[in-house]
Amino acid sequence: MNRGFASLTTSGARYWRDRLTGWGLLLVAVLLQACATVPYPDRRDPLESMNRSIFGFNDVLDRAIVKPVATVYRDATPTWMRKGVANFFNNLEDMWSVVNNALQLRGKDTGESIARVMVNSTLGVLGFVDVASDMNVERHTANLGLTLGRWGVGSGPYLVLPFFGPSTLRDAAAFPVDLAGNPANAIDDVGTRNGLTVVNLVNIRAAYIGAGNVVEEAALDKYSFLRDAYLQRRRNQVYDGNPPDEEEPVEP
Amino acid sequence: MKRDFLLRFFWVSALLIGLSCATQAYAEDETADGLIKRLSVDVLETIKADKTIRGGDMTKVIALVDTRIMPNVNFQRMTASAVGPAWRQATPEQQKRLQEEFKALLVRTYAGALSQVSDQVISIKPMRASPEDKEVLVRSEVKGSGDPIQLDYRLEKTPGQGAGWKIYNLNVLGVWLVETYRSQFAQEVNAKGIDGLIGLLAERNKANSKKG
Repeated sequence: MNRGFASLTTSGARYWRDRLTGWGLLLVAVLLQACATVPYPDRRDPLESMNRSIFGFNDVLDRAIVKPVATVYRDATPTWMRKGVANFFNNLEDMWSVVNNALQLRGKDTGESIARVMVNSTLGVLGFVDVASDMNVERHTANLGLTLGRWGVGSGPYLVLPFFGPSTLRDAAAFPVDLAGNPANAIDDVGTRNGLTVVNLVNIRAAYIGAGNVVEEAALDKYSFLRDAYLQRRRNQVYDGNPPDEEEPVEP
Repeated sequence: MKRDFLLRFFWVSALLIGLSCATQAYAEDETADGLIKRLSVDVLETIKADKTIRGGDMTKVIALVDTRIMPNVNFQRMTASAVGPAWRQATPEQQKRLQEEFKALLVRTYAGALSQVSDQVISIKPMRASPEDKEVLVRSEVKGSGDPIQLDYRLEKTPGQGAGWKIYNLNVLGVWLVETYRSQFAQEVNAKGIDGLIGLLAERNKANSKKG
């Protein structure tokens, strides 16, 4: 733990230097598209044109590579194993939730998050078994974007990130810190670190194959559907499940 | 004299029957959270008891949604609210078609989500509402393996009609159904008009049902 957090900043910086060059090029290409106009602008989404291009890129990538790989993985592995992998990464995420719940001055949530990490890392065999949930200690997932939101920082315009999908200016700005805050990214060995990231992403995608298919069927325009869902969900989290009404629904 | 008595007897009994019917109707009205609880338990138990539903028998799930859930939903209000201002400009025929197609889309989606139910339990959260409220929010949580899923409903009072309450919006994990369709619908109506939206919905439903 200690070593992990000490090397966190340097490895985080390196992690980002490696990636930023490639992203920079992609971003320039995509930003050139941002000036194009869209037919029916939404006030929460001034960068819609750019966002739609990135969304299209992500969608192609998902159809061509990510989803097929995740499907093969799902069919080749038993459920308990995928569950265990998810638990392992959730446990790492819970460590970062401890920090964020503390930053939000939420005593109970911080305490429960600490308890989860302690119980799951030991009794739960390095996090592979979620013993804490069986003991009814609930998860309180929190990242820096949420912490900023709860301290009153507005979400800013909607953004679609390459590879990572829906976000907002606030969440995207906090995202590098969130990545650096994950102990999995503090591992010095590049191979191990990348391997873990790939396993985590494939495992997550495999868990959402069903949900993804529901969205395919339910959405008339997948872009708007996911945007509106993401913005509502995030707002709901910031207000702790009880957001004030945005506007009155239209009466029939 | 005798006739007068008969007439009076007739009126009094008519009044009594009418009254008892009325009170009975009101007695049947549940509380909003009571209704949600009954519906959730009913639907979950049916799914758990029926292997063919969990096996993915879509027609069965759709039938379940249609018979148990839809009678407690004000679907006209849901559609109108999702369509927005354009709803008022739609002809009654267009409104009817919009409702039918939107309903087909949602029932299928909802059924798809329901068929993934396994060991879930629903808990209804305590409701903060006064008896005069015409519209209420009922919050619930689905607990199974993994993180609990927030599931909330907005209901309106419909005295003497159905169970006394009708659902007009629901949210999963903080995402309201009607709001999620609003900009998609507006986009299509702005581009191709109401008929364009009806056409798009119909097309999507056809494609979905082909998938089986």
